[in-house]
Amino acid sequence: MLDQLPIGLSISGALLLIALGLTFTFGQMGVINMAHGEFIMAGAYTAYMIQDFAGDQAVIVALPLAFVVAGAMGLILERVAIRRFYGRPLDTLLLTWGVSLVLQQLARDLFGAPNVNVTAPGWLEGRLTLGSVIVPYTRLFIMALAIVCVVAIWAYMNRSRQGRRMRAVMQNRELAACSGVITERVDQLTFFIGSGLAGIAGVALTLIGPIGPTLGTNYIVDAFLVVVAGGLGQLRGAVLAALALGLLNSYAEFWTDASLAKVIVFGSIVAFLQFRPQGMFVLRSRALT
Amino acid sequence: MTELLASRKVRGYALFVGVAALLLAVAPGVLDPFRLGLLAKYLCFAIAALGIGLAWGQGGMMTLGQGVFFGLGGYAMGMFLKLHDAGDGLPDFMTWSGVEELPALWEPFRSPVFAMSMVVVLPVAVAVLLGLLVFRQRVRGAYFAILSQALAAAFVIWLVGHQGLTGGTNGLTNFYDVFGMDPEEDGTQRTLYYVVVIVLGTLYLLARQLTKSRFGRLLVAVRDGEDRVRFLGYNPATVKTITFATSAAMAGIAGALYVPVVGIISPALLGVVPSLELVVAVAIGGRFALGGAILGGVLMNYAHTTLSENWAEGWTYLQGGLFILVIMLAPKGIAGLAGQLGDLAARRRTPKAPEAPTVAIKEEVPA
Repeated sequence: MLDQLPIGLSISGALLLIALGLTFTFGQMGVINMAHGEFIMAGAYTAYMIQDFAGDQAVIVALPLAFVVAGAMGLILERVAIRRFYGRPLDTLLLTWGVSLVLQQLARDLFGAPNVNVTAPGWLEGRLTLGSVIVPYTRLFIMALAIVCVVAIWAYMNRSRQGRRMRAVMQNRELAACSGVITERVDQLTFFIGSGLAGIAGVALTLIGPIGPTLGTNYIVDAFLVVVAGGLGQLRGAVLAALALGLLNSYAEFWTDASLAKVIVFGSIVAFLQFRPQGMFVLRSRALT
Repeated sequence: MTELLASRKVRGYALFVGVAALLLAVAPGVLDPFRLGLLAKYLCFAIAALGIGLAWGQGGMMTLGQGVFFGLGGYAMGMFLKLHDAGDGLPDFMTWSGVEELPALWEPFRSPVFAMSMVVVLPVAVAVLLGLLVFRQRVRGAYFAILSQALAAAFVIWLVGHQGLTGGTNGLTNFYDVFGMDPEEDGTQRTLYYVVVIVLGTLYLLARQLTKSRFGRLLVAVRDGEDRVRFLGYNPATVKTITFATSAAMAGIAGALYVPVVGIISPALLGVVPSLELVVAVAIGGRFALGGAILGGVLMNYAHTTLSENWAEGWTYLQGGLFILVIMLAPKGIAGLAGQLGDLAARRRTPKAPEAPTVAIKEEVPA
């Protein structure tokens, strides 16, 4: 019973890391970025590529690097295509799915179709034993990373000028533009950060298991559910929803089986939306829709 | 104006009759049985695409879970055929996975009447349940798309996990007797082909009738301004649920026809990716015209089958690139291309004229 807790929490951590990026791109900007999964993959392959050079500190080096790599990919995508599609989320879904297909095939051509392993550094080997509960250090690291990212994002959104501009643009684009905010610049930066967070999530996923070209697709559906359940663009919603979904998933798997767990999770979310159709937290506004 | 309308109407009918003649009279004569079987397969997908055209193009509901309904119809048909083949025994895959007694879920599918009604009843039941729960709470747009996608993911994982009940990853295959015909024979393929074409034609006419009716106008109104429709005293949730259920029924019928035509139904055909591919096919064909949806369903699956076999890597690049281009340059798809070119030419001719008000592709941005 308790043994399942750290497993659930680390799934929550990984989900949260992925969903954090989506709170930026989907939550703040209304873009359903199906290529988010492939940015995760890009982050994971970044860690794979540098593991031979960076030695024991590979994970630490990989994190900022993956952030920049995935962020740059996101920025290019935003500049080339997505900026023509603001306000049409469903079209961005189709568009970015095309992008995700291309990126997956590119990864297959570059790194080969089979999965590859990233060896965890020595200092992450081993486990913490608390009574009957055993927590591998890698899982602890993922949870810690998720917490650090949440704190950093909270500080960015609520305590920095740039974060304030971002929230202003999200809440009322025209008014923000009138007040002198260069909304286009804000869009670019928001998309860069959102995609970069996918890269960080990718590095975290290398600690859980082998990685491959379809790494992202396994997580992306669940991550979008986290954003839906948590409320659009709401940081605390994403945190709570990721926790709930990760725990629910792992306990449902524990009590029933893996195939039924997804059905249970889906049913719970639809049931939850009966009470809170817009997710846990809603930004109050007078808009009708 | 009436003249123009009349001519458009006449042109529409002429096109329908022409395509019907091509499919019913020309294709069976020109194509060899193998190709005819492939065409029947594409047309099955076209039936599912028609449903998406109705739900998404007319109703604005982007449903990324049509694979679920396709699968429910397909499995209903597959279970019936399997039981028919097995006679008094167990279906072959159950013996392999160590099941000793026929699961209770399978028992009623011995009856052809029950199985054939389930082809429609199951998808409609799931769609109505989900639709009522979701649309009544005004969950829409991107939220609905994500939920329907999650449904497809959960459905496939469930199917794969219950090997003894559903055949797992392999699904249901190896049918030896399709309604008294041998599926290997050319005559059977031909008969099935005719059935598929006639079903597609009938469903198209039905869908067209639906869109031309008062209900169809209400549906478009819900798509373009749900709240206004609500203020006028209608209930958008009902309109949307009925449309969603109709499109689910079409996908179910498509799945049921697919099983005897292709000879297999498996989770690989139903998951997140195949469901998305169907929607993309509709986008490429033209989501705002029912004919465009059908065209997209046929073209995409034709390209998929022909190109992915002998040019797998290139195909993925081409497919991805094609989506990107179509969505960016021709958001109304192939069916909307003529109109788009017409607009462009008109603008060329009269450079100073104010831009003609085009039908904006607008969605609700969840705030």
